[in-house]
Amino acid sequence: MPFRLERQETVSGLALLAAPLLALIFTLIVGAVMFVALGQDPIRAFSVYFIEPLSDPWTLQELVVKAGPLLLIGIGLSFCYRANRWNIGAEGQYVAGAVLGSWLALATHGTEAGPWVLPAMLVLGALGGALWGLIPAVLRVKFGASEILTSLMLVYVAQLGLDYLVRGPWRDPQGFNFPQSVTFDPVATMPLLFEEGRLHAGVLVGLVAVALAAFVLGRTLVGFSIELGGSAPRAAAFAGFDERRVTYGVFALSGALAGLAGIIEVAGPIGNLQPSISPGYGFTAIIAAMLGRLHPVGVLIASLVLALTYIGGEAAQITLRMPFDVTRVFQGTLLISILAADVLVRYRIRRLKGAAHA
Amino acid sequence: MRKILSKILSASAALAAGLVIAGAATGGAGAAEKLKVGFIYIGPVGDFGWTYQHDQGRKAVEAALGDKVETTYVESVPEGPDAERVIEQLARAGNKLIFTTSFGYMEPTLKVAKRYPKVMFEHATGYKRAANVSTYNSKFHEGRYILGQIAAKTSKTGTIGYIASFPIPEVISGINSLMLGAQSVNPDIKVKIVWVNSWFDPAKEADAAKALIDQGADIISQHTDSPAAMQAAEARGVKAFGQASDMKNFGPNAQLTSIVDNWAPYYVERVKAALDGTWKSTDTWSGMKDGEVVMAPYTNMPDDVKKMAEETEAKIKSGALNPFKGPIYKQDGTLVVKEGEVLPDKDILSMNWYVKGITDKVPGQ
Repeated sequence: MPFRLERQETVSGLALLAAPLLALIFTLIVGAVMFVALGQDPIRAFSVYFIEPLSDPWTLQELVVKAGPLLLIGIGLSFCYRANRWNIGAEGQYVAGAVLGSWLALATHGTEAGPWVLPAMLVLGALGGALWGLIPAVLRVKFGASEILTSLMLVYVAQLGLDYLVRGPWRDPQGFNFPQSVTFDPVATMPLLFEEGRLHAGVLVGLVAVALAAFVLGRTLVGFSIELGGSAPRAAAFAGFDERRVTYGVFALSGALAGLAGIIEVAGPIGNLQPSISPGYGFTAIIAAMLGRLHPVGVLIASLVLALTYIGGEAAQITLRMPFDVTRVFQGTLLISILAADVLVRYRIRRLKGAAHA
Repeated sequence: MRKILSKILSASAALAAGLVIAGAATGGAGAAEKLKVGFIYIGPVGDFGWTYQHDQGRKAVEAALGDKVETTYVESVPEGPDAERVIEQLARAGNKLIFTTSFGYMEPTLKVAKRYPKVMFEHATGYKRAANVSTYNSKFHEGRYILGQIAAKTSKTGTIGYIASFPIPEVISGINSLMLGAQSVNPDIKVKIVWVNSWFDPAKEADAAKALIDQGADIISQHTDSPAAMQAAEARGVKAFGQASDMKNFGPNAQLTSIVDNWAPYYVERVKAALDGTWKSTDTWSGMKDGEVVMAPYTNMPDDVKKMAEETEAKIKSGALNPFKGPIYKQDGTLVVKEGEVLPDKDILSMNWYVKGITDKVPGQ
C-alpha cells in the first residue's frame, strides 16, 4: 500500500515543542522494556542514565566539556545546511585547525614565549579549519564537484597528514618513538575555570559562538541571504545575492568553527598532538546540528543531550554493568525517535488512492 | 567569572537533584569491604583479540579471589579525553585499583592518578609511571622468534608475509625478532611487510593478506587483532599465525600456532598485592617464562618443525635463548649487538630500525 509524506502547510509552535518530549517518552518506554528484559530495574537505570550525571558538579562539568566541540562544529554546520551546502567534512576541518594551531605550540615549546601564544593558536586553528573548508567550496564553485564527496574525502587526507606529522617531524624526541608530540607548555594550554574538574575556557568560546550565530542568522542580511539561498536559490539570485559568495562564506565559517573546536580540544583536554584527536566529533556534530533544527540554541541543547547519552551510557556500564552495546542501542533509540517525531510533526502521512499496482 | 560559573553549576546541580527523588537513591550498595577493581578497554570484549584477553584476565581475578573483589569494566572507550573521563568515573565509583589497557590511555591515566592519589593504577604498554601508577607489558617478541623459525622451516617460497599495525617500537621489535628467528633457520629468508595503520580493521587486514599471498608469501603473520588474515590464508590454502587469541577456529587448516596474551597471572598477583596492602608502583615486562606469552598448540606442521618450536620455546623459558642476542646487524651492516651480548630492554622498547636482511624501510625514518 503506497504512502506519501506530505509537508504540513502550517506547523504549530506547540507541536514543535512537544515533539522532542514525545520522543523522549517513547524512548523511555522502549528503554524500560529493554531494561526489564535484561533484568534491570528501569527506574534505577534511567536514574543512572539521566539523573545522576545532572546531579553532580563533576559530571556536569564533564558534560559541558564533551558537548563543547559538538557545539562549535554544530553551529558552523547549521550555517552550511541552512544554505543547502552539505559539508560532511567537519572532522577534517577540525583536524586541520588542530594541526595549524599546534604548529605554534610546538614552535614555541621550551621558549620564553608569553601569553600571546594561546590566542594566536586559536586564530591559527580557525584559519586552518577555514582554509581546509574552502577547498570543497572552491571545487564546487569552479568545477561543480559535489561538496558532499570532496569534503568527506578531505577528512581522510587531514587525518593522514596529522598521522604523518606525529609519527615523523613532530614526534616527541623523548617519547621512545611513540607517535605523539611533546606536551604543550602552560602558555599553550587552555586555562581551567575551576580548581577541580576539567571545565576549560574553551567552552566560553562556544557560548559566544551561540550568541553571535543566533544574532547573525536571525537579525542580519547575511543570515537572510544564507537562508534564502538554501530554500529558494532562484529567488535569491533575483534578489541579487551572489550564490558563490554564500558557498565560500558558509564553508569558511563552518571550517573555522570546526578548526577552533580542534585546537581548543588539543590545547585543552588532550594537551598534546596525537594520531587520533577526535572520537568522531565532526560526524556526531552533524547529528547535533540536525537535532538542534539548525538553530544555534537548538544545537546547544542537542550537544548537551548527546553528551549526556555518552556519559550516562558510561555510568550505566560502570554502576549497572550494562553491556556497551545496550547503552548504544538506547542512545540510537533516542536519536531516531527525536528525528522521527520531528518529521511526523512537519509532515503528514497520506495514503495514496488508486495508485496501487498489486 | 569562576565564582559565577561555579554558582550556576551548583545551582543547576541542586535543581536537578531536587527534581527527581530517585536521583539520590543510588550509589554504593554498602557491601562488606570488597576491593573494587575497574578495567577500561579500547575495543569490545567480543570473542577473541586484545580486549578479550584482558577481560579473560579480569575473569581470572574474579575466579581466584571470589567475594573479596568486585570487578567492573567499560569497553570501547576511545583514547583521549573520553578515556580520562571514564577513568575518573571508575575512580569516583569507588574502584581502588584500575587497569587501563591501551597505550593511548597513558596520559589520561597519569592525569587522573594525580587527582586520586589513594587509588592504584595499572597502565598496559606505557612507559610513564607515578607513585600510584604502575606499567606492565609482555615480551610478545619472544613468541615471534618461534614464529620466524616455524615460518622459515615451513615456507616453500622463502617469503613470509607480515601484516603490521603501526611503526612503534613494539611492532618493529616483533618484526625483527621474527626475522632473526627465521634467519637462524634459513639465512636467505625474505619478509614482506604491509602496514595497515590500524589495530583492528578486518577488511584491510584481509586485503593485506591477499596482497601478500599474491606476492609470493606462503606464510602470513600479523600484528593486528582480527582473524581476517587467518581466514584469507585458510581460503587460499596457505599457512598463518594468529594473534592475541588462539584463532584455530578461523583457520583450522591454516593456523600453525598463535601468540596468546595471558594477563591472568599478572592481574591476580596485582589484585592480591592491593588486597594485602603490599601494592607498589612497578614496571613489569614479563614473557614466556612467566606464562604471560603463551604459544597455542603447534598444528598443521611436520613433527620435526614442531619439535624445533618446542625446543626453542623451552630455551626461551629457561633463559638459554634471547631473541636479541648478538651478533645483530642493522640493515646498513653496522653492528648493534656484539657476539655474546644481548640488546638491553630499553633499546628493544625504543626500537626504530630493522635488522639486516629486511629489505623494507621503517615508515617515517
